[in-house]
Amino acid sequence: MKMNRRRFLLGTTVIGGGLLIGYATTRPSKHAQANANLATDEQSFLTTWLRIDPDNTVTVIVPHSEMGQGVLTSLPMMAADEMDADWSKVRVEQAPATDLFANGVLIKGFAVSMGVSVPRFLDGLIDTAAQIMNIQITGGSSSVRFTGENGMRVAGAAAREMLIKTAAARWEVPESELTARLSHVHHEATGRSFTYGDLVTDAARFEPSPTPVLKDPSAFTLMGKSIPRIDIPAKVDGSAAYGIDARLPGMLYAAVKTSPVFGNKLVSVNSDAVMQRRGVVRVVELEDAVAVVADNYWRAKEALAALDIRFEETANDQVSTQSIYAQYDTALQGELEEDVEEGDTPAALASAAQVIEATYRVPYLAHAAMEPMNCTVHFHDGKCDVWTGTQDNLGIRGRVASVAEMDENDVTLHPFYLGGGFGRRLPNVTNTIDQATRIAQQFDVPVKTIWSREEDIQQDYYRPAVTSKFRAGFDANNRLIAWENHYIGRNEPAEAAHTPYSIENKSIAFAESETHVPFGAWRSVAHSQHTFFLESFVDELAHRSGQNPYQFRLDMLADKPRHAAVLRAAAERAGWERNLPEGHAQGIALQESFGSIVAQVAEVSITPDGQVRVHRVTCAVDCGRAINPDTVASQAESGVIFGLTAALFGEITIEQGRVVQSNFTDYEMLRLADSPEIDVVTIKSGAALGGLGEPATPPVAAAVANAVYILTGQRVRELPLKNYRFTTVPPESV
Amino acid sequence: MARFRVNGVEQELDIEPEMPLLWALRDELGLTGTKFGCGVAACGACTVQVNGNPVRSCVTPVSAVEGTEITTIEGLTASAGALLSPVQQAWIEHQVPQCGYCQSGMIMAVSALLTSNPNPTDADVDGAITNVCRCGTYPRVRRAIRSLTSTTTA
Ligand code: FES
Ligand code: FES
Repeated sequence: MKMNRRRFLLGTTVIGGGLLIGYATTRPSKHAQANANLATDEQSFLTTWLRIDPDNTVTVIVPHSEMGQGVLTSLPMMAADEMDADWSKVRVEQAPATDLFANGVLIKGFAVSMGVSVPRFLDGLIDTAAQIMNIQITGGSSSVRFTGENGMRVAGAAAREMLIKTAAARWEVPESELTARLSHVHHEATGRSFTYGDLVTDAARFEPSPTPVLKDPSAFTLMGKSIPRIDIPAKVDGSAAYGIDARLPGMLYAAVKTSPVFGNKLVSVNSDAVMQRRGVVRVVELEDAVAVVADNYWRAKEALAALDIRFEETANDQVSTQSIYAQYDTALQGELEEDVEEGDTPAALASAAQVIEATYRVPYLAHAAMEPMNCTVHFHDGKCDVWTGTQDNLGIRGRVASVAEMDENDVTLHPFYLGGGFGRRLPNVTNTIDQATRIAQQFDVPVKTIWSREEDIQQDYYRPAVTSKFRAGFDANNRLIAWENHYIGRNEPAEAAHTPYSIENKSIAFAESETHVPFGAWRSVAHSQHTFFLESFVDELAHRSGQNPYQFRLDMLADKPRHAAVLRAAAERAGWERNLPEGHAQGIALQESFGSIVAQVAEVSITPDGQVRVHRVTCAVDCGRAINPDTVASQAESGVIFGLTAALFGEITIEQGRVVQSNFTDYEMLRLADSPEIDVVTIKSGAALGGLGEPATPPVAAAVANAVYILTGQRVRELPLKNYRFTTVPPESV
Repeated sequence: MARFRVNGVEQELDIEPEMPLLWALRDELGLTGTKFGCGVAACGACTVQVNGNPVRSCVTPVSAVEGTEITTIEGLTASAGALLSPVQQAWIEHQVPQCGYCQSGMIMAVSALLTSNPNPTDADVDGAITNVCRCGTYPRVRRAIRSLTSTTTA
């Protein structure tokens, strides 16, 4: 696919005297449609991201979903800053789920950062360039990095240039005499000014530049400031609407039970047993599930619980966490696929003065987004309406259309806030959406399917359990010369298992080992497991070779100054190994992911009953620069808590082919009482913008486990920490 | 017939006595600010106030709240008039919510705590606020609460 910038970003078309400047799709005719759908006669599009109304309000259309990461604020800030708009006159709209807003910029960003291939978690969804243009995804910590940098800023700057040209023409003065400020164009020499709204119709006469001049960071007026998030007021007064809150006339509610052994088919259900119950309308049989549809969710759920539902038994009924680990061990002894091969690792290990080996593993994890999975669907008049919160509105629209075998244009998706995403609301993990569609197909009224928390925990697409084996060799001078790592299952990002440290001989390889447990991207994807492995093993090597774990890392980062600076910043801010209270210890860990580098220091103690208590996490972040620093801090805090929850408690176990855990009672969450102080330090390196939704999650497990080692002498090679009863040992014995 | 007041309005609902208050509020009365999170009293997303006390509505049958005064997040907002309640204002000031889904329950629990104990210690707060926030807004929740208690002290 050709993606030259002009064609990709901007295109123009004249409609009834007004100008529409669009985010170019391959079919410019769509701009007319965009205008028809979203602009009234009084309004003109400057780009598909921006609209300026005659009353001087600027509307920025955000093609990503707000799931708490602040994107409804950060993206408009980027556009508004470049166009010198008055922030108090900026409105934000969520893009409707039509492919006019398809997020091609994002795909381009992915393509740039990951080579030419499309990330694996989008596979199956995308196979042609045309489809690539139809993606509106929110994930991969990408919104600000790609849509913001390549879309919002360019659109804002192009709009500003056109407004200045328009004013220059009206006043017949050179453009160089004009300045733009707070949604006005000023001619300082004569004291005249126009509002942007005054100029908008005439701006139609000018071509938007495909390569407008972007501001130097020193000229930013909004970017880099902590602007209050625009979605927050609705989230404190109860008015923010999530998918689960959709209410429609005549709506029915569905409660669902799916085969607890993934993929096993439904054999029988005694539907008649509940048909007399109050409110129950119908029992719907699906291939591998049963739904009760009633006039109230609780009635549906109660009736469902009263049913005797039988599913088939298959060989998968025998699968357990133990059998999966045994399968992994076998796979790691077989043929491996190469990941990284540098130097001659076998020879280096053979000649090493000391070889250290360790095997690590982590269990499956569920997402457990706070808003249980749900989707409301209404089939009527050959059309379909869908109400749900998703990380990719277009992708979900497409999915519903394909399940219902309809034309996508006959499906309307009504976007809502997401009560958490974390990868669970991506368009390749749609079991809830598929069920809701199939259930609603049997009705002519809207049906809201809501999963119980038990279904949510037991029918997820899980972060996979992974086993990772290491061997490392030191030479006679105590220098790390060889690094060998064999692990299970390469996922995205492909480089997740690559350690940043310079070691002459590296050999990294993996084996695929499929199970029947569904796979899904979980906040930070493969980094969440591998950073625990890598940064624990490096720490192990430091201690085993008698070196300070911080200095040991730093010494191997000579050719990675950004990494070294972040590590140093975390250590300095945390007061590395200085003045800790009695019984406390610190652990450190570092990782780069999604374009950002994060180092964390965890300060930990062991409680009298042998549990881990985390007092403080210092989190140093280099994400290039921060668009909205307070949002960066809140995302870092959030990422730390997410990773810490997994490290302390996170464990999905498989027995008899099914998930053992069922609710927050046995799939525990960190709560306020256990929440550490989190100190976020941002480093303005000026490097390309990195993401922040995910990068703070990976390092924390290793940072905590590394501190636990200092306190207890016990190396944690398996999570979660709640499964241990630790005893502390005197510091000198470690 | 279930009878109780919700946000100052008398309600009379022809529903089963064992129906949890959560579903009566959400599905029968359309008050969707109160959220469903777990259904087993393990997360606090469904917290409302019954006669001023925090209650997890997902496990509270309507028969148990007969004749009581129930306040939901909508009621907290409305009763504060044009301004939001102090807890809500502090939530904006400290930019607490992320996805926001847990925050109705969190705010109802915190405002009940501060009403009964205007100057809670950190330990009081830890004991009383056991709501789950999957987005991990806890550091900000704590900061916002501290800002309210020091204001009250001063
Ligand atoms: S929904 Fe009631 S406590 Fe979780
Ligand atoms: S803000 Fe998302 S669960 Fe609390």
